Amino acid sequence: MKREQVIDLYFMEARAKLIDLAAFLDRVDRAPGTDDFRMTAFRHAMQELPVNQPNLAKRVLLSLSDPTTEPLPAATAKTAAGAWPGPK
Amino acid sequence: MRYIEPHAHMVSRTTDDYLAMATAGCLAVCEPAFWAGFDRSSVDGFYDYFRQLTDYEPKRAAKFGLAHYCWLCLNPKESEDIKLAEEVLGIIPEFLNRPSVLGIGEIGLNKNSRNELAVFEKHVDLAARHGQLILIHTPHLEDKLKGTRLIIDALKADGRVAPERVIIDHVEEHTIQLVLDAGFWAGMTLYPESKCTAARAADMIEMYSSERLWMNSACDWGVSVPLAVPRAALEMRLRGHTAKAVDAMIYGNPIRFLSQSKNFRSCS
Repeated sequence: MKREQVIDLYFMEARAKLIDLAAFLDRVDRAPGTDDFRMTAFRHAMQELPVNQPNLAKRVLLSLSDPTTEPLPAATAKTAAGAWPGPK
Repeated sequence: MRYIEPHAHMVSRTTDDYLAMATAGCLAVCEPAFWAGFDRSSVDGFYDYFRQLTDYEPKRAAKFGLAHYCWLCLNPKESEDIKLAEEVLGIIPEFLNRPSVLGIGEIGLNKNSRNELAVFEKHVDLAARHGQLILIHTPHLEDKLKGTRLIIDALKADGRVAPERVIIDHVEEHTIQLVLDAGFWAGMTLYPESKCTAARAADMIEMYSSERLWMNSACDWGVSVPLAVPRAALEMRLRGHTAKAVDAMIYGNPIRFLSQSKNFRSCS
């Protein structure tokens, strides 16, 4: 597809998601309390977006990923949080 | 349109889902063994689950004209209990010759623990000894990258594993290249919130070689869409992919991989 065709097909959907993202950040900021590791990682991952480079989706995913390579001693939970809390 | 649903947990779905899938052009559905949402308390629970997958569910699917196949294993979420895992591994061979069993899966990792990795390697050994295909689950969200690397390293360390007989599922933009470069097949799971949207799947089809790719809904008891594959096919068509290219992705590719199992019968 040409760039204009991509924009035609996806602009409104992406626009809505961008506004949803902004509203989410507003909602978090209005709520009393402080960020946890997920929001810290989220705000860090957002810094990947303004970079004028390819593979932004991959960069955001890598930013949210556990970068370590050794297996955990044991699984203490079954679910994932969506962001790596850092070394414990 | 015709398609194969290569990964769906139909025991968690309704007959309405079977009807909708068949109406949309689904010809066969493949069901990996997975976690029930709670830990099973004994090997007997798995025995009954394997009976459900190999006996009852094919009959339920057949009422809607769908072929039903399955994969067998203990899910990585239940792999911390090594003793239970070994008991479950012990009963799987009894089911491998049933006519709808495609191989061992979906094995893999969940939180990337040592016991999960040990049980994963035991499953790979079982598959190698019995000449079975392997379907692999990669972990969720922040654990996916590390888990995918550990899985690939473990597979490469076992000289009996033929990469073309292994599909590593739930790839995203940060793991797809690792999987394809190592010679394995890669699965893209179409979920509304996690994993991969139809648009992102189409992106990856356009960015990487689609020779060893498939798409699946992985519909189960959670937030998931049984018609995700035909919807992704529509996404491809809207982006200008030819009908032939769409057919290759949602029908031809699954057929090519699954036909490596002696139990998979061509469907058209």
